[in-house]
Amino acid sequence: MNEVHVEGLVSACSAIGAGIAVCSGIGPGIGQGIAAGYGASAVGRNPGAKGDIMSTMLLGQAVAETTGLYGLVVALLLMFVKPFGK
Amino acid sequence: MAGSVAIGVSLAQKDVDFYIHELYEINFFGAKVYITTTHVCTLIIFITIIALAIAARRSVLKKRDVPSKFATGVELAISTLDSFVHGAMGKAGKKYINYIGTLFLFVIFSNISGLFGLRPPTADYGTTLCIALVSFVMIQYAAIRYQKWGAFKSLFEPIFLFFPINVISEFATPISLSLRLFGNVMAGTVMMALYYGMLPIFFKFGIPSALHVYFDLFSGAIQAYVFCMLTMTFVADKRNVEG
Repeated sequence: MNEVHVEGLVSACSAIGAGIAVCSGIGPGIGQGIAAGYGASAVGRNPGAKGDIMSTMLLGQAVAETTGLYGLVVALLLMFVKPFGK
Repeated sequence: MAGSVAIGVSLAQKDVDFYIHELYEINFFGAKVYITTTHVCTLIIFITIIALAIAARRSVLKKRDVPSKFATGVELAISTLDSFVHGAMGKAGKKYINYIGTLFLFVIFSNISGLFGLRPPTADYGTTLCIALVSFVMIQYAAIRYQKWGAFKSLFEPIFLFFPINVISEFATPISLSLRLFGNVMAGTVMMALYYGMLPIFFKFGIPSALHVYFDLFSGAIQAYVFCMLTMTFVADKRNVEG
């Protein structure tokens, strides 16, 4: 531990940033859980409409997932493309 | 300490392989362009879909008393697609069923191509951005064709100050469409590459099949469905504003 190399510092900070960026998965997790819960209760109330409820729920969940995926894309860029490390 | 870190890095870079490889170099007017694994996998998928289409056409057109199992399956798939598109778009679905069917076939075949050892073309942002741009052109064409000046007027909707926000929200559509597909498929590809690259050999039998079912089959099918559904929803939304 004599000296800190710039490349090492940049990769370390990129890894930390990637970890922070993946925290964006919290929100979509909560949102998808809420959607799934309401979907389950809707199927319980009206089992005949299961197909429609399923497709609507999956569509809503996929849209809610988008923001989490933005964080994932940022994390992947930081980890593997390394925009700051030359 | 430094030695172990270097070994770890080299091991990770050697074994974990989800990158796009450059296979062949072309000099394109002075710029270096590469034929990558994405192109090769896309070509393989094209050939598969075309072969399937030709086989389906031959089996459907063949005259016999009882249709073969394959022909029945093709008819079932077509009627499912028909009800799917018409359910989302109403009467307008007739015009768009060709595009939606092609899109669905291509996206789902490329998503599940990870099962067969290919690198999914949809895990390359170039592919998904191009598909999303085609959808974007289609959405805007529907808006201009069916709303005429209303398409431009709706950009100034509540008051004219909202113009930049509305323009950004129009252009966010293809970006969110493409990033959603890319992010899901790329996440699956990275997870599978990490699993295969990082663990010792006795973990690689049996267990990855469950991961493949989730990341390739389930997630791929859901994302293909969502991509087509969102395209249809946006187009139908643009067509039906005035009633």
